[in-house]
Amino acid sequence: MAFYRSHVLVCGGTPCLLGGCRGVKDALVAEIERQGLTDEIKVVETGCLGPCDRGPVLVVYPEGITYVRVKVEDVPAIVAEHLLKGRVVERLVYRDEAGERLVSYAQSTYYGPQKRVVLRNCGVIDPESIEEYIARDGYAALAKALTAMTPAAVVEEIKASGLRGRGGAAFPTGLKWSFTAKAQADQKYIVCNADEGEPGTFKDRLILEGDPHSVLEGMIIAGYAVGATRGFIYIRGEYRQSIARMAKAIARAREMGLLGRNILGTGFSFEVEIREGAGAYICGDETALIESIEGNRGEPRVKPPFPGVHGLWGRPTVVNNVETLANVAPIIDHGAAWFRSMGTENSPGTKVFTMTGDINNEGLIEVEMGIPLRQIIYEIGGGIPGGRGFKMAQTGGTSGGCLPTSFLDLPMDYDTLAQHGAALGSGALLVMDDTHCIVDIIKCFQKFFAHESCGRCTPCREGTVRLYEMIGEISEGRGTREHLRVLEELGRVMTVAPLCGLGQTAAVPLLSCLKHFREEIETHVLEGRCPTGVCKMGKAPVVA
Amino acid sequence: METVKLIIDGREVAAPKGATVLEAARLVGIDIPTLCYHPELDVRANCRVCLVEVEGSRTLQASCALPVSEGMKVHTNTPMAREARKMAVELLLANHPQDCLNCVRNQNCELQRLAERMGIRENRFTLKDRAKYVKDTSTPSIVRDPAKCVLCRRCVAVCEKVQGVGVLFPINRGIETMVVPACGKDLAEVACTLCGQCIHVCPVGAIYERDDTGRVWEALADPGKHVVVQTAPAIRVSIGEEMGLPPGSVSTGQLVAALRRLGFDRVFDTDFTADLTIMEEGNELLTRLGKGGPLPLITSCSPGWIKFIEHYYPDLLPHLSTCKSPQQMFGSLVKTYYAEKTGIDPKDIFSVSIMPCTAKKFEAQREEMRASGYQDVDVALTTRELARMIREAGINFKDLEAEKYDDPFGITTGAGLIFGATGGVAEAALRTVYELVTGKELPKIDFHEVRGLEGIKEATVDLNGTKVKVAVAHGLGNARKVLDRVKAGTAAYQFIEIMACPGGCIGGGGQPIPTDLERRMARIKAIYEADAGMPLRKSHENPAVKTLYQEYLGAPLGEKSHHLLHTHYVARGKYPKKG
Amino acid sequence: MGVVEAKEIAAIVDRHGREASKLLPILQETQRRYGYLPEEAMQQIADALSLPVAKVFGVATFYSLFAVAPKGQHIIRVCENAPCHLRGAEEVFAALREELGIQPGETTADGLFTLEQTSCLGVCGVAPVMMVDEVVYGNLTPTRVREIIANYRRAAVGE
Ligand SMILES: Cc1cc2nc3c(=O)[nH]c(=O)nc-3n(C[C@H](O)[C@H](O)[C@H](O)COP(=O)(O)O)c2cc1C
Ligand code: FES
Repeated sequence: MAFYRSHVLVCGGTPCLLGGCRGVKDALVAEIERQGLTDEIKVVETGCLGPCDRGPVLVVYPEGITYVRVKVEDVPAIVAEHLLKGRVVERLVYRDEAGERLVSYAQSTYYGPQKRVVLRNCGVIDPESIEEYIARDGYAALAKALTAMTPAAVVEEIKASGLRGRGGAAFPTGLKWSFTAKAQADQKYIVCNADEGEPGTFKDRLILEGDPHSVLEGMIIAGYAVGATRGFIYIRGEYRQSIARMAKAIARAREMGLLGRNILGTGFSFEVEIREGAGAYICGDETALIESIEGNRGEPRVKPPFPGVHGLWGRPTVVNNVETLANVAPIIDHGAAWFRSMGTENSPGTKVFTMTGDINNEGLIEVEMGIPLRQIIYEIGGGIPGGRGFKMAQTGGTSGGCLPTSFLDLPMDYDTLAQHGAALGSGALLVMDDTHCIVDIIKCFQKFFAHESCGRCTPCREGTVRLYEMIGEISEGRGTREHLRVLEELGRVMTVAPLCGLGQTAAVPLLSCLKHFREEIETHVLEGRCPTGVCKMGKAPVVA
Repeated sequence: METVKLIIDGREVAAPKGATVLEAARLVGIDIPTLCYHPELDVRANCRVCLVEVEGSRTLQASCALPVSEGMKVHTNTPMAREARKMAVELLLANHPQDCLNCVRNQNCELQRLAERMGIRENRFTLKDRAKYVKDTSTPSIVRDPAKCVLCRRCVAVCEKVQGVGVLFPINRGIETMVVPACGKDLAEVACTLCGQCIHVCPVGAIYERDDTGRVWEALADPGKHVVVQTAPAIRVSIGEEMGLPPGSVSTGQLVAALRRLGFDRVFDTDFTADLTIMEEGNELLTRLGKGGPLPLITSCSPGWIKFIEHYYPDLLPHLSTCKSPQQMFGSLVKTYYAEKTGIDPKDIFSVSIMPCTAKKFEAQREEMRASGYQDVDVALTTRELARMIREAGINFKDLEAEKYDDPFGITTGAGLIFGATGGVAEAALRTVYELVTGKELPKIDFHEVRGLEGIKEATVDLNGTKVKVAVAHGLGNARKVLDRVKAGTAAYQFIEIMACPGGCIGGGGQPIPTDLERRMARIKAIYEADAGMPLRKSHENPAVKTLYQEYLGAPLGEKSHHLLHTHYVARGKYPKKG
Repeated sequence: MGVVEAKEIAAIVDRHGREASKLLPILQETQRRYGYLPEEAMQQIADALSLPVAKVFGVATFYSLFAVAPKGQHIIRVCENAPCHLRGAEEVFAALREELGIQPGETTADGLFTLEQTSCLGVCGVAPVMMVDEVVYGNLTPTRVREIIANYRRAAVGE
């Protein structure tokens, strides 16, 4: 590789693409050429750098200066000042809430507490370059697994690491693999679940866009471990960029002999195919996803049997989330003990969170498991805009519980949240400030479930619509005590009666709000008043 | 058989391995409610009416879909399970028309029974307006009322998996989900065979037969009309179920008596034209064997089957027998031979048939079926419609004195009778063809190889050295398998009997609800018992048939037969044009 | 009708293979070609894969990215989930309805736009967002969406 004095990383994550980073990158390349710096400075388009709400984002190395909201017009200044003269363009520099200029990852409140395992390459390498991935130890874990480890040893290592599924259900990955490894079949499959649809979650997209090879490598290792020779990556259809990047990654890996027949001359073969989703949140459920790959309506299957023994075309199938798979190579590389050195006893490792809603730093972060919610929101997240008050945080996406202030010091790990009726889930973190109404946001949640229910089972098909209808009546000032009673009963039934996780979680946010924000809801019902003034309380209340 | 021990409601149960918790519970007398579950279909876990608690599981489990496992502890009667089951039914009811009193399935509706059983006494949800769901009355046979559909999906399963037709399928998702004919069209615009098996599995009144009783009542009340009726072989062994008799009752005499009480001028037996069919079809087989083709010859009595082959295997149409079905042979003879013989103007004759079948309604109004110059059969009623008329007229069916069919079409044989069960046509044909060819009496009249509920049955007979290989299929899914073998050239059959409905006509889409495995078996048993008790058991021995040939038709396959008793078919294709 | 060339469908099917599991990719490509899934195309696909056409239609109508009837030239999908909701998606949506003069599910009289609501598009970092065909727009405000619509209108006139 040629030696460059500086690297300029241009974020090519979708949010930045929307902000026009391509134009900025082109301008940058042109300007560098004009200044005769082409041999000294390399411009690289990378995966997401994190502060998505401020794109386009550039980082200049080795200084680690982050520029945000860069426009094409700003490019000559950056080149002339920073790249030629070494003077930072202050007006574009990213500052945290305290007004501190972000000079290096390690120093900032934003990057400081973060620990990048899954996102190790995101924003660092050109995701379309397999060479850059390899240069940062990419595919070393695959080589190690194939040449120095038995499949059983790989499964054991993952088991020992304590890695749990990052798709939401937190099932121990090693255990899942062991079921499939044990099953006898003429064909087994690895499926990468990249149907990311949980509202507020976009980590898988940015991993796929920023470091597709890390996911691919994880899949191949999984294939070797359980004895599968075919894999599918099911990417939601809206993720055009992820699909394109992954297609390219597959092609390059195949060219390099890292995928396909006789990988690295070890005799192990593995093929991967991309399948595009077609617009259905429910296909994120592993059995619905399998149905969809088979060419059917994406309706969940009855479990048992579980996909691990009876999956795609009835064959043993491992379904893993993108982030789960991206953890595999580092674990094989550095060992289970290293992985366990991060996070908590029962939730080792790191977790990627996506912060949305009323928070200063919307975007993607990766932290060790167990970090308190408060630190995420107020330190890394930069707090709530305008200094407004915190009302609630919802973890795990729209199907997660809503947590009031008293939960801010909870450590973010699977078991703690589960104990408190919430879920870490996919790592979505929605923050809501005190100007928003709890009834209004529940209505928004319920609409989502009603829209995404597959329609197969009664409680979910009919119940999601009834929840939406009744909360809507409350928001219009037509709620009665009977509404609350029925909502509670229906909600209770919904958590246990539906066929799949969608229906079973559709009332979770509602029930948690009925618990933690009861007063506000009752004010709507009993006083016919929305305390925040968000709900248009149409008619006079009917008090029953 | 390997068994598994589990505990249900504190009681130890030994259930066969692979059984479901629902089945295991029933073994010990615990009747868990169900709605979408159907023992003969692979439909599971949709309705959530059968939920139970299983120790160690956070959520409730659908007992219909949960295999038993060793040591499993199940509780069927907990507050949580009851609350969830009741809620499922309540939710369905709130999104269902509230017009049970006007519903064809009033008092024979699974949803109604569940609501009663669970003690649902109020609507706690705003009733959904289902006015946007339009009734589909496009076919002469079947009415679909999607407003009543509870989305159990049994009809989807029976249509695709049992019948191999697959015109019904769920569309959209969530609350917009509906079960509709292909591409959201009307039934008449898709390749539906009108077999009516969907009616049998529908738990509610979302699919049912078109009711034609009004037209029959009108004709009966019209003094200017001479109203004749024919009853298909399978009616006598099923009508009793509608009248409170146990399955398998043979009530031929009561049936005839009831029809007379209703005011029919003549009560005839379709068994007569079943015998006639054997004469024509038997000779057709012999002719084709002689000419070398086209073989195999395939039977043509079942109008659902006919529509199936017209839609899905039009290239095999030359294999069909050109014989009309017994219903239609009857129809054309009534308005020709019978009219001449009695001196009644055929335009004053109103010809009704009582059929186990919804497709018969379609067949009756096919344009080919006007050999007399009029529509040969004016109205085809199903068993269920007839039962409705009998009940409406206040006839105490069970206590009626047995009466006999009218002449000349009341003289029949056991061969005609067994047309009502799968394998019956083939057996009747063999009884006759054997004797016609060999001139010898059959050593053994019963062909057990072609009887029973096996999907595809085979038999071989030796006709003076020519081996004739016969296949029998019932249920269109089985028909598909046989036809694919024929197409692939892997089946060396000379003669194939195909019936659209599982079990044959005794399981027809117009038969009493429920029609299930147990009832099909009871009806079949009744048919063969009745056959065994008949004095005549071979079609060619039917004296009235002989007279008919002498007086009117001449010989089988003759000029007159050709005109009155034979027909042709239409290649409809899978995507029929409207109309 | 006759918009569908049998040869074209056959080519699409052959590119993917005649297995039932290829149904989604085949429908996706067919829709890219025709903008929606014409009934004739679904029939031909059903025949090629030996599936009932009822099933093909049932699958197509399950997924929100498939259309079984022609839609506007541009499909606008507005996210209505919580992250966008908190950032003002409702006002954005109201502005769109007003600007286009249609309700969700409808197409403008000039056939240029179909308006739909969608679940999370996974670009919540720049909420509120919408997708026009395959292009995502973020940080929307009522003024911004009006500009975006105006741009599409200008482009359409320019064609
Ligand atoms: C309604 C629903 C949606 C889901 N969506 C996703 C998703 O978008 N991505 C994902 O990885 N898992 C999703 N899951 C979880 C999957 O069913 C499954 O547990 C996961 O893919 C397993 O991978 P993991 O063990 O690596 O997490 C969803 C589950 C349900 C019930
Ligand atoms: S009977 Fe078991 S879910 Fe319907």
